[in-house]
Amino acid sequence: MEWILKLDGLEKAFGGLRVTASVSFAVKEGEISAIIGPNGAGKTTLFNQITGHLLPDKGKITFLGEDITGWRPQQIVKLGMGRAFQITSVFPEETVLENVRLACLSRRDEVLTYFRPVRRFKEATDEAFAILESLGLRQHAERPALELAHGDQKLLDIGVALGLEPKLLLLDEPTAGMSPEERHLTRDLIKRLWKEFNLTLIFIEHDMDTVFGIAQTVRVLQLGALLAEGTPDEIRSNPAVITAYLGEDLT
Amino acid sequence: MDLSFIAVQLLSGLTMATLLFLVASGLTLIFGVGNVFNFAHGSFYMLGAYFAYQTVSALHTNFWAAALMAALGAGIIGMLAEFLFLRRIYGRSEEGGFQILLTYSFILVIDDLVKMIWGTEYKSLLRPAGFQGSISAGDVTMPTYNLAIIAIGLVIVVLAWLILTRTRPGRVARAAALDREMLGAMGVNVPLTMTLVFGIATALGGFAGALAAPLRSVTPGAGIEVIIDSLIVVVIGGMGHFWGAWLGALLLGEVTSFAVAIVPEWASVVGYLVMVLCLIFKPEGLFAPRQVRKA
Amino acid sequence: MELGRGLKQTAFWLVLFAGFALVPVLSTSKYHMLLASHILLWGLFAVAFNMLWGVTGMLSFGQALYYGLGAYAVGLMVKHVGTGWFLPGVALGLIGAVILSIAVGLLIIRVSGVFFTVLTLAFGQLAWQITFRWYHFTGGDDGIQSIIPPGILGNGLVYYYFILVLVALSIWLLQRLSQSPMGVLLRCVRQNPSRVPFLGQSVRFSQLRVYVVSSFFSALAGSLMAGVDNSIHTDMLYWTTSGEVILMSVLGGIGQFFGPFIGAGVIIILQDVVGAKTQYWPLMIGIVMMVMVLLLPKGLVGEFQSLSARLKSLAAPR
Repeated sequence: MEWILKLDGLEKAFGGLRVTASVSFAVKEGEISAIIGPNGAGKTTLFNQITGHLLPDKGKITFLGEDITGWRPQQIVKLGMGRAFQITSVFPEETVLENVRLACLSRRDEVLTYFRPVRRFKEATDEAFAILESLGLRQHAERPALELAHGDQKLLDIGVALGLEPKLLLLDEPTAGMSPEERHLTRDLIKRLWKEFNLTLIFIEHDMDTVFGIAQTVRVLQLGALLAEGTPDEIRSNPAVITAYLGEDLT
Repeated sequence: MDLSFIAVQLLSGLTMATLLFLVASGLTLIFGVGNVFNFAHGSFYMLGAYFAYQTVSALHTNFWAAALMAALGAGIIGMLAEFLFLRRIYGRSEEGGFQILLTYSFILVIDDLVKMIWGTEYKSLLRPAGFQGSISAGDVTMPTYNLAIIAIGLVIVVLAWLILTRTRPGRVARAAALDREMLGAMGVNVPLTMTLVFGIATALGGFAGALAAPLRSVTPGAGIEVIIDSLIVVVIGGMGHFWGAWLGALLLGEVTSFAVAIVPEWASVVGYLVMVLCLIFKPEGLFAPRQVRKA
Repeated sequence: MELGRGLKQTAFWLVLFAGFALVPVLSTSKYHMLLASHILLWGLFAVAFNMLWGVTGMLSFGQALYYGLGAYAVGLMVKHVGTGWFLPGVALGLIGAVILSIAVGLLIIRVSGVFFTVLTLAFGQLAWQITFRWYHFTGGDDGIQSIIPPGILGNGLVYYYFILVLVALSIWLLQRLSQSPMGVLLRCVRQNPSRVPFLGQSVRFSQLRVYVVSSFFSALAGSLMAGVDNSIHTDMLYWTTSGEVILMSVLGGIGQFFGPFIGAGVIIILQDVVGAKTQYWPLMIGIVMMVMVLLLPKGLVGEFQSLSARLKSLAAPR
């Protein structure tokens, strides 16, 4: 299959406000792409519909050949879609290891066991450690998640998503709130994770260095509609996009 | 079952509904504006009854003045409880749970203090002068006091509607129900609003307790029965939904009134059954806006 | 490190178990055995309750429903069928608790937070009302007396050890649950329910499962209590019973697995020492609850642990 995710004519309105206006596009398997757009363009709302958190008013979402429109989030996750959040959403009182391990256990359908202590699940524990290693969080394994620095919490958020072995990973503003140096490191990390875990990656970003640094395809949203779609160079020179971003630095 | 029987039950149901509404509206007000479930609300109802009793027996005032004093007294204690204790736990991560526990502890404290001060024997309060008889229209006979309660209830409902929709404080209260933080950002003194809302709500409850006192005797156990009834009203009408409380009270009052006449043994269970039915079909309340829930 | 913690907990349980086992040996007074039985059963009730509250974040003000169900299953069996039917009564109570908790759970777990708490209270009170008014069947306010466990269990000492073993087993099972992946999931449901679907799990199903488990053990506690006091009363279904088990958990500490058990012990001993001498016991409990909520939210055990952790870090070399 060429495409892993396909949106057909997605529509969503809140009251009179159209937040998603007939959006259609197809994401190739293995592609790393970015969704950009001015504030209020409806990027996160689009993500919420793709992950099943929000029901679109019209349109169809196809993922891995299945029509997932109207599916509950946990069903879509089980199918193979993962998501990391803009506002980090981990389990603060659990250890860093436990956060990721729970995801691994869930993927392995081992969560609904009642009597075996969780530390005895060797494969899931090993998987979790491996993921922490990739993210550079191994040394924090036994610390409660809330003790982590902001940047590390963001990484943990991604780690939890990776625990589910997703085929498609959605990242919501992965470099938000980071210093330029942290952003640089995160950029490299995302690229590395993309290869290492064989992912198809879609991320929402405002930082153009990150977008043009790692995305193969860029999609621009404006006022809920898909304004343009193409390679970074095509987008950079697209007059409509430049107008939409008037005043913003695109280079 | 003839028309006069139905009329009498309807009217006594209306009386019950009025009292229920006065209590439940306070409960739902506190929840809507402050996101606090005042478990002890029934205790303020009970305090109202005792304050009215005390005012009449010690100061020999007329009933209506005593009822107002009761409302004032309950309101002040409510505000103190909010200011001194409840306020300390706003914003705690386990907020909802600890609030319930704190207001639960209020019940234990208030109920025992009442026993300490007034003892455990039933006290009685006479109906106000001029309202001790009944009037008849055809076959229908109703005590005038009950009718007075209904009238007072209607006045308060209209007043409440006017305040909530026409005045600034009313609009602030409604806005607070929607978004407390936003309100603070707009310069409204949110803590003060909370204390005042608490005071008004408990005053309403105390007033209801005073009004109800001549109909049922004044006892320490009154608060607990009332909170369960208010609970049912608020579940039927929707938590935080002011007009839902009115409609819920009406429904519960009428259903219970007819049940008392037809199956007196199980009248109180009927209320619960109504609640269970509502839960099955619309758990957020019959009159709350339909919530779009996903998963 | 995990192993060390596990070892410490196991040691704690063994000491506790040994302590309770030795009560009839150290004291010939039947009264002390009665007190210890109460602590054991209320302790189980509280620990089962805390699986809902401390672990999963579901504050149920209606667990008395299942506690009372267990008690009345035994009482009604004995009253209407025969004195030998004590144990089938226990079994009936357990089955009833599972069925009822599934039905009620499906109905009310659709809402969360305060709504959920309020509804558990309402259902608990509904059960109380029905039991209270159905005089012919349940005996209403009179309760049911002369509930004597059959055969060898009729011996107070034997029954005591019977309870001890069952309670220890139950608490051990609950502890295994809290340490299992299911237990981790339940804690995560409390900490961040919106993230849970993104793990591929359902918040509601998890909540339903723990509700059934908690109610099962609450019913067990109630059933066994019927044999301790040899009588039951509608008060066991009254909402203040639900309140008491909450108080015990808050006092002991909802964040620790054994906190509620300690809380139960403290309350029962206090009640015995102080409560019997004053008629204002509710006032005292109310004040204790206020103090706990306002000043010591982690509970006795939790605050003690925080304190000792802080002292340790002060004493550690810089």
